[in-house]
Amino acid sequence: MQHLYEMLSKVDGYIYPNEIELNWSILIVLYPFITGLVAGAFILASLERVFKVKVLKPTYTIALLTALSFMMVATLPLISHLAQPQRFYEIMITPHLTSAMAIFGFVYLWYLMVVLLLEIWLDYRRDIVLWSQEKTGVMKRVYKILTLGVTDLSESTVKWDDKLGYFITIIGIPSAFLLHGYVGFIFGSVKANPWWSTVLMPVIFLFSAMVSGIALVMIVFMVVNYIRKQVIDMACLNEIAKYLLIALILDFALEGLDQVHRIYEAEESFNILDILVKGKLTYTLFLFQWFLGMIVPMVTLATLQFVKNRNKLKKRLYMMTGILVLCGIFFMRWNVVVGGQLFSKSFYGFTTFKLHLIGSEGIMMAALWLILPCTILAFLFWLLPPWKRHEV
Amino acid sequence: MARDEVKSRRDFLSKAAMVAGGLFISAGASPFASLLYATERKSKTGPWYGMGIDLEKCIGCGRCADACKTENNVPREPFFFRTWVEQYTILNDGTVHVESPNGGIDGFSQKFPDEEIFKSFFVPKMCNHCAKSPCTQVCPVGATFTSPEGLSLVDPTYCLGCRYCVQACPYGCRYIHPVTHVVDKCTMCYHRITKGLLPACVEVCPKHAKIFGDLNDPKSELVKFMKDHSWQVLKPHMNTEPKVFYNQLRAEVR
Repeated sequence: MQHLYEMLSKVDGYIYPNEIELNWSILIVLYPFITGLVAGAFILASLERVFKVKVLKPTYTIALLTALSFMMVATLPLISHLAQPQRFYEIMITPHLTSAMAIFGFVYLWYLMVVLLLEIWLDYRRDIVLWSQEKTGVMKRVYKILTLGVTDLSESTVKWDDKLGYFITIIGIPSAFLLHGYVGFIFGSVKANPWWSTVLMPVIFLFSAMVSGIALVMIVFMVVNYIRKQVIDMACLNEIAKYLLIALILDFALEGLDQVHRIYEAEESFNILDILVKGKLTYTLFLFQWFLGMIVPMVTLATLQFVKNRNKLKKRLYMMTGILVLCGIFFMRWNVVVGGQLFSKSFYGFTTFKLHLIGSEGIMMAALWLILPCTILAFLFWLLPPWKRHEV
Repeated sequence: MARDEVKSRRDFLSKAAMVAGGLFISAGASPFASLLYATERKSKTGPWYGMGIDLEKCIGCGRCADACKTENNVPREPFFFRTWVEQYTILNDGTVHVESPNGGIDGFSQKFPDEEIFKSFFVPKMCNHCAKSPCTQVCPVGATFTSPEGLSLVDPTYCLGCRYCVQACPYGCRYIHPVTHVVDKCTMCYHRITKGLLPACVEVCPKHAKIFGDLNDPKSELVKFMKDHSWQVLKPHMNTEPKVFYNQLRAEVR
């Protein structure tokens, strides 16, 4: 309780007495960040599969496995944030249908079980069967279990796998839109909070998801090639960078529209939001989110579109851009979630927020939820190596 | 004969499909209906409780906030309140200053000299028990619900502590209880009013500034108060239909 007294002394203006402590902290910042990575990575994968962008072929499975690794962790920050985490399953058993949050469990499970797992399984089934025949010992058993008993490798069956996989990717695209648009709606539908309550919120979340997901896959693709000491497919990398640029431009336009609209309408809440943006959010919004996370990557990627060859330079700049974009989108989530709670709903003042290193809402906990999916991804690369697949 | 059999089977199947389809649609329609109407409309029979607050009478003694904490085991720290009192001071230059030290429990002092003050007054705040309560709407498990008497209540054995309701309340009336770790808020002293007693804050008010009553009873003191005064609710543009009605509420109050 001591920290609340400390915070009380730092309150600026008037806040309702119950508003002293932020209810949603870094774990809820991670929630839209991680689901965004999933949705974005999946959309990149679908570019190759559905929209036949063949040059992206080397990233297809990488993107899917990346999406799966992060998806497996997506709910954990949410559950660990609950004041009663042991009751989390109630949301599945007795969902309250007027709540924007109630359907999350179903959207999540649909996406994980029906879209991601099924698509990856169908895509890998032939390899899993072959691995189960080639390997020995424990691994043989593991792959045997992963075949789920379907060992038929006749031409027609493999063809069916492909058809079904294609069909699931088609379903997967609106599902990815739904997943992250929905996360945006959870915030955008809170009418009590003028910083959140905008009809554009789901769309902004969606496009920022694409930006972060594409950037993540680009980084993973480069890291994987670096570790495997392979010469990277520059045509593929350039294509990812091109899509990243397109997504960035769209995201920038949407966020810009949202802000212009907010400034031009200048509703009752405008004064307090103006102080918020120019005060407590100066660095995280102007510097990290917009300048370093958006404008610098956009200018860099746009310039690189005109640069021929010079692959070493390009690779370095792509890596830098990818990291900047990921940080920028993280700060976008931060500015939405944390920024939206710094001002009082009385519009008469601000509370304060200090991020702690340890504790259930601390940096260490957040780091855990970011390191875990990377570990899962490394494991999946080991279990289902995209580079050891059998030629059809 | 055989053909008839086939026909009748087909008939049966088509009828069964119609029934199943009808059931499916009606099952789907009911949650959609509740999506359109965030909360059920007010009950026509039985009580429908609300509260009147006469700002002309409030002297800012803070006894209501104090009694509420005692009655409802609200933690004594100054970060948890089911009800609190705000002091508004509007200066001659138009600037507005709001304060609520310890929710008004320890009383107020005026830091501005009299000659600078245009107007000063007190505003007791509490849950508005909105007829279209956003907190009830957003609870993912239905732990927050509207009682038949129109009160927004919480089932503490069911609340996940997700805090979505805290975010959704435009009036800052909810907090996470530091001991029970579930959300807590004003119940209009449900345990008292269902026994015919008054809410604790109403009971202790020395100026009778708070008027508790049944909006469905035309003879209730609350309905009379609403007839006699030009009342206003907080943040009407939110369309939450609050059931706490203020007399002499100024535009500065949020």
